[in-house]
Amino acid sequence: MRKGQNRFVAGFLLAPVALYLIFVIWPYIQTFGYSLTDWKGQSQTFSFIGLDNYTALFEDDIFLQAIWHNILFLVFIPVITILLALFFAFMLNAGGRGRAGGVSGVAGSGFYKIVYFFPQVLSLAILAVLFGAVYRSDSGGMVNGLLMKLGLVDESAPVEWLNEPNMVLWALILVVVWHGVGFYLVLFSAAMQAIPRDIYEAALIDGAGRAHTFFRITLPLLWDSVQTAWVYLGIAAMDMFILVSTMTAGEYGGGPDHHSEVMATVMMRNFLLYGRSGYACAMGVVMLLLTLIVSVVMLRATRRERVEF
Amino acid sequence: MGSTTAEHDHGPEGADTTHPEGVGRRDLIKRSAALGLITVPTMSFLSACASGGGGDDTSEDSQGKTSESNPFGVKKGSKLDVVIFKGGYGDAYAKAWEAAFQKKWGVTSTHTGTQEITGKLQPRFNAGNPPDIVDDSGAQQIPIDVLYKNDQLLDLAAVLDAPSVDDPAKKVRDTLIPGTLDAGMQEDKIVALNYIYTVWGLWYSGKLFKENGWEEPKTWADFLTICKEAKAKDIGGLAHQGKYPYYINVAIMDLIAKTGGLDAMKAIDNLDPKAFVGSDAAKAGVEAIYEVVEKGYLMPGTNGLTHTESQTRWNQYKAVFITSGSWLENEQLKQTPDDFDMKFMPMPLLPDSVMPFEAIRAGSGEPFIIPAKAKNLPAAKEFMRMMLSKEWSTLFAKEANSLTILKDGVDAGVQLRPGTQSTVEASKAAGDNTFRYLYTEWYSEMDTAIQNASNELMAKRIQPAEWLKRAQAAVDKQAKDPESKKNRRD
Repeated sequence: MRKGQNRFVAGFLLAPVALYLIFVIWPYIQTFGYSLTDWKGQSQTFSFIGLDNYTALFEDDIFLQAIWHNILFLVFIPVITILLALFFAFMLNAGGRGRAGGVSGVAGSGFYKIVYFFPQVLSLAILAVLFGAVYRSDSGGMVNGLLMKLGLVDESAPVEWLNEPNMVLWALILVVVWHGVGFYLVLFSAAMQAIPRDIYEAALIDGAGRAHTFFRITLPLLWDSVQTAWVYLGIAAMDMFILVSTMTAGEYGGGPDHHSEVMATVMMRNFLLYGRSGYACAMGVVMLLLTLIVSVVMLRATRRERVEF
Repeated sequence: MGSTTAEHDHGPEGADTTHPEGVGRRDLIKRSAALGLITVPTMSFLSACASGGGGDDTSEDSQGKTSESNPFGVKKGSKLDVVIFKGGYGDAYAKAWEAAFQKKWGVTSTHTGTQEITGKLQPRFNAGNPPDIVDDSGAQQIPIDVLYKNDQLLDLAAVLDAPSVDDPAKKVRDTLIPGTLDAGMQEDKIVALNYIYTVWGLWYSGKLFKENGWEEPKTWADFLTICKEAKAKDIGGLAHQGKYPYYINVAIMDLIAKTGGLDAMKAIDNLDPKAFVGSDAAKAGVEAIYEVVEKGYLMPGTNGLTHTESQTRWNQYKAVFITSGSWLENEQLKQTPDDFDMKFMPMPLLPDSVMPFEAIRAGSGEPFIIPAKAKNLPAAKEFMRMMLSKEWSTLFAKEANSLTILKDGVDAGVQLRPGTQSTVEASKAAGDNTFRYLYTEWYSEMDTAIQNASNELMAKRIQPAEWLKRAQAAVDKQAKDPESKKNRRD
């Protein structure tokens, strides 16, 4: 019987493990293999060139610039998104004026919660089109149109939001933050609601204000959720392919003049447009390594003693 | 994962030989687990494109007897796999062709109309299982130079040297508009048939011109005067498709070619160390465009617009001129007002130009290719031969509203739209004074770098001198690539 049971379990495990190895792990290994060749991407003829692709990578100014942009995203996207989400979640759940019982959101918080979640419903592709219209570089763009109506921008010289080297990254960050805040707000809200009310009541009785309540009680008890959010946003910041490639100028985006380039767009251009697929695979391997490092570092850096309640 | 999956998993290369003959009658779970193990590697082996080549079973069963009327030996009852880029021209024309092909040869075709050429075809090329004939165009085109370097393209000489359908005494090659084959050339071989006759230049609205009493500007000074008058009326002078600097490069490069002549153009295509820096024509051309920027004659915001956005603004009379190719009219059909009266004109002349005003960039676009590993080569070749018949060329003109590279390829009865009509007149006026850059087909990377520089120039972030330097750097970089030496034009 027991023998049969083992076989039963093994039967179930083998297939998924095999699937995982073949469809997840094997492509990684293959990519690494290709990254050591001069594969051009349209046939199976290539030769082994060792680490040449990798040495070339570190002299490729465009790719290095792209890494730098990813790092900027990595710094700003998680920080801004989490801070905003935390602030809103706190106001919605515990930010109300101290009424009886003491712990409630600001007036109308149920409604806000739903509205804040709206952006999350949109896919990134729709988002790119939507914000394309918002940032449009002539009087037909939402922001430009508005600024022109207010007389802040001259009609003959509209702001080309996505075509300005100094603005394009911020314009993109704003989209991601706009998209993400709602989701993390709901995530944090759920976590906040799990915090026993007695703790808040006790704090109130001791005379703690909003700020104290937040920093001394809410944040420490939310730490696990914040950590999760951090890693997720970090990974998203390492990608950014969809937004950059659809919203900015040039083939697979990255414009103007590589000022919004991210690793994924450089990789795609090399892979498909230039026919330097082996080189692109090397970029893919570097991306994988960097993303792994980022995840590990973020998990380590945010590790704290867990508060049990 | 049922057993059916395994049984039907016959890969295109018949690589399912790893399947055991039978799994044996054991318990269900064990069987499905085992099947999972066997099937999955097989599938991944195919899809992960690690299996290489294959596909050696090609022409054997699709090769029929050749005869005078059937020079390639199309076999009745065989199948043809056609993939068409479904862009500005749609794919209705191809369906009409395929119907005609089936009627004549009894060859049924599988039709795929798509915009995702790379996404759909790259895996198939890699697996050695490409379609039989492909319209490799659009934003997701697989670059011809890349396909060629991988030996994936059939040398089309056999098709071009075959007798023409309309006049068997002539070779197909001799029924085409001169020079239109060049764009499909890699290392002296024609490997892509650029089927659509295209001219590039400036476009304007006949109505707007009439209202303002303007005439087609023949010199750059006249051009600037019109821009100036337009600006006074709050109309932009020149619009361009800023998000895709390909278009403004047409204007810059055409000015260079017309000023410096074919030598200036070939210097760029042949990666001359003085293609840009040290070339007077290049200097004059880029400075002329920059003058438009500097004097504020660009349509406001045009630098950040996509092609459809800026073209639509132009259709709304927000700008006088726009640069584009002859697909513009078809692309803008819905946005063009009925009385717009779309007109094409050559780039105006700079002082001391070598070429006359009538000279235009003309040639062909929309590359059709036959993959070297196509399963049904005879039918694919015959299909391409028939594309270059008057009957099919007229079908195309009717369905896609554009001309083909076949000389006089449209029946007189077909009424052309005003824009297309004006391109016909312009190319008649140009006669032999046509030119066509090839670096865009030969060197994607250099093209991208020059496009980026142009984007900076139009946004006033760099000056002409810097543009020349950057364009030259792109040329020099390309020249260092050992593979670049093979492409040369005289």
